[in-house]
Amino acid sequence: MIIANNVTKKFGKLTALNNVSATCGKGQCIALIGPNGSGKTTLVKCMLGMVIPDNGFITFNEKNILHDWLYREHIGYMPQIGRYPENMTIGQLLNMMKDIRFKSGGQSLDEDLVKAFKLPDLMQKRMRTLSGGTTQKVSASLAFLFNPDVLILDEPTAGLDPVASEILKEKIIAEKQKGKLVLITSHILSELDDLVTHVIYMQDGNLLFHKSIDRLREDTGEQKLSKAIASVMQKN
Amino acid sequence: MKKFIVIIISFLLLSPKVFARIYTVQKNSALSSIQQAINIATNGDTIMVMPGVYAEKNIQVNKSLVLIGKSFPVLDGQHSYEIISIKADNVILEGFKLIHSGISSLIDIAGIKIYARKNVVIKNNILDDTFFGIYLQKAVNCLIENNKLKGVATTDQQSGNGIHCWQCDSLRIIGNTIAGHRDGIYFEFVTNSAIWRNVSHANMRYGLHFMFSHENTYIGNIFKNNNAGVSVMFSHGVKMFNNIFEDNWGDGCYGIFLKEITDSYISGNKFLRNTTGIFMEGATRVLVEKNEFSKNGWAVKIDASCLDDTIRINNFLGNSFDVATNGTLVSSFSYNYWDKYEGYDLNKNNIGDVPYHPVSLFSMIVAENPSAMILFRSIMATMLDKIEKILPGITPENLVDNFPYMKPIHL
Amino acid sequence: MKKIIKYVIVDILRNKIVIAYTLLLLAISFGLFNLDDNTSKGLLSLMNIVLIIVPLICIIFSTIYVYNSSEFIELLVSQPLQRKHIWMSLFGGIAIALSLAFFIGVGIAVFIYSFTPAALILLGVGLLLTIIFVAIALLAAVYTRDKAKGIGISVLLWLYFSLIFDGLVLFILFQFQDYPLEKLMVVISSLNPVDLSRILILLQLDVSALMGYTGAIFKDFFGTQTGIIISFVVLLLWIWAPLWASLRRFNRKDL
Repeated sequence: MIIANNVTKKFGKLTALNNVSATCGKGQCIALIGPNGSGKTTLVKCMLGMVIPDNGFITFNEKNILHDWLYREHIGYMPQIGRYPENMTIGQLLNMMKDIRFKSGGQSLDEDLVKAFKLPDLMQKRMRTLSGGTTQKVSASLAFLFNPDVLILDEPTAGLDPVASEILKEKIIAEKQKGKLVLITSHILSELDDLVTHVIYMQDGNLLFHKSIDRLREDTGEQKLSKAIASVMQKN
Repeated sequence: MKKFIVIIISFLLLSPKVFARIYTVQKNSALSSIQQAINIATNGDTIMVMPGVYAEKNIQVNKSLVLIGKSFPVLDGQHSYEIISIKADNVILEGFKLIHSGISSLIDIAGIKIYARKNVVIKNNILDDTFFGIYLQKAVNCLIENNKLKGVATTDQQSGNGIHCWQCDSLRIIGNTIAGHRDGIYFEFVTNSAIWRNVSHANMRYGLHFMFSHENTYIGNIFKNNNAGVSVMFSHGVKMFNNIFEDNWGDGCYGIFLKEITDSYISGNKFLRNTTGIFMEGATRVLVEKNEFSKNGWAVKIDASCLDDTIRINNFLGNSFDVATNGTLVSSFSYNYWDKYEGYDLNKNNIGDVPYHPVSLFSMIVAENPSAMILFRSIMATMLDKIEKILPGITPENLVDNFPYMKPIHL
Repeated sequence: MKKIIKYVIVDILRNKIVIAYTLLLLAISFGLFNLDDNTSKGLLSLMNIVLIIVPLICIIFSTIYVYNSSEFIELLVSQPLQRKHIWMSLFGGIAIALSLAFFIGVGIAVFIYSFTPAALILLGVGLLLTIIFVAIALLAAVYTRDKAKGIGISVLLWLYFSLIFDGLVLFILFQFQDYPLEKLMVVISSLNPVDLSRILILLQLDVSALMGYTGAIFKDFFGTQTGIIISFVVLLLWIWAPLWASLRRFNRKDL
């Protein structure tokens, strides 16, 4: 579904992405793993068209995403740190997003998370007054709201309390089972154990490997994802 | 006996008057033409003209007659003729309405023309649509009074002057109203004359225009809304009192333009809303005092060619620029009131303690470099003026009023 | 696109600074017309104020607003929206809101006290200046990531158009005094929307005679209908050029 071809991105002298190529297919749940500053978020932003690669290109359903924007209809994005217009209330924000994105007769709205996170009780709260966790809940709800084919979740569980975290995880599994592509970046590896089917490991802007979880377990002889990764890291 | 002789002599002397006849000209009567009446009259007779329209081509007044119109009989020049030609001394012409004189670009056709005569009186006439209005050629000691002249000038070329005087002496031009001509009042080589209480407005070129006309006095006239204001040149001994020069707005318009005027006196006049109040070029020993300059673009512009002029005891109110010059100046300013003056008066003698520099830096810049006018009213221009006020250094040192009044002068 | 403009306008109109700006303009315009018995003089004073305040407020407010909207922009960019539309909506929203503020602040007084061609030109020129300086602000903001630096650049740009440019003009005039510069001045004035606006208004007022005096060319050009139309086209170009440049940059900007 999403294919990155030799994507390179430099911020000044820093090379954030160095010739990264990856193929993400339907029904996969890919964990994008790597230390801080390894280029995970940059790769995700490239896929969203928020960052424009210096070299290489990204295709979505075999179409180059450069100068395209409609493909984003099929993506739900949950940013690492959700930043929203401060003066808006949650209700206004949700309404605005629906207003901008919702096409009559197109998709159906998926408000499971909105309800599960009990957001209707908080509709009048302004965004600037929200705690980090609540903001994450809003971000997650927005990502799933339009029932997209692809979910890109940047550090989804960071800042969420265990209950919310569990709700989100279950939602992700449910969506994966519908055959959607889910892309998760995270550094808390244990959380991902029962979710992921594939792992992309990045370091210093390089994509070190892209394997299915079974392959990884085979190669490292470790059952737990965190241990498997740790052993990879030690090898390097 | 002596008494008797005196009476006889005086009787004889007065006899022409006593035996003077009166002819009445009236339409549909035996005497229906003015010219006919003139032809049969003798010197000293009076011709009364009753109301009606008289289209007599050119009327030649070649005897010393009194012509009086009753209720403004109309003399129609049919767009072709000079209506009245005065070719005798002591003629009095009163109470006529003259319309549609001829128009020519070769000869100066007028409503009324005086041909080298003296003691002629032209009063209380109405002139409408005349090419030149009243034309005095080598006339002496004539009185032009209370006439209303209205031209229909459309272009500078195809128009004549209202009251046009050439090579005249001792004229009195009083209380006339002139509009719609090329120049309202035009003098060339006219001397020792008085111009009093006339109103000259809405003329194509100048309200008043004279050159080589010395020792004339202008009192209480109003020159208003003329295309280029008033222009006077090459004369000396000009005296102007209590005239009003107003609303002469436009490119290159003046309240009054003085060119090569010497030994003259300009006092008690009002200059209101003119592009330039007074523009002096080559003016020498001119005293400008007790005038009011109000709401002009430039109140006074003095060319570097001026010498020894004195500008004192005037009020300067609400002008965009008070004084502009293009060089160092040998004229003096003193005891004026300047509304832009920001000085103080510690000894309370009503005279400011710090001198006033009436030339703003920006007006200096514009005088030197006219294109800089593009910055007129910009923050830059305002700032330059403010800086110069605080730290004067560029504006002419000798162009200064050392005794500026603190309050407007009661004129 | 309309929807985003709507959200921007609603957000700005709730902003206290825009309300204060409107009230300030209202106070100034009514004050000046009441102070001067002569409306033409009031208009002249109003012009001086408008030419200083409108660009200043517009450029600074817009710059700050763009920076404060960075979250909003980020949110929108990840949505199925064209970047061009996002940027144009932002521009449209700010421009419409500030134009509205100007129109209320100055327009009401003009309609009451001085409904003349000069006043209408002042109103039109003020609106165009508002939009021009919003466009310039967007350009300044899109090129600098740092907010403080961006605002600094905006202030400098305002200073340039209001003062420094005129200083340069003066410098050129005196350096090349011996050459006929009048025609060049017409061209140069079109390089600064503030100058161009000032000349356009002045030529509609009585004081235009003062400008005509020094060189008929200003009046012959700016005073004619063709001149006015050309000037307005130039002002429109002044909106288009910075907007186009900022859009080009925004399309390639990493968020």
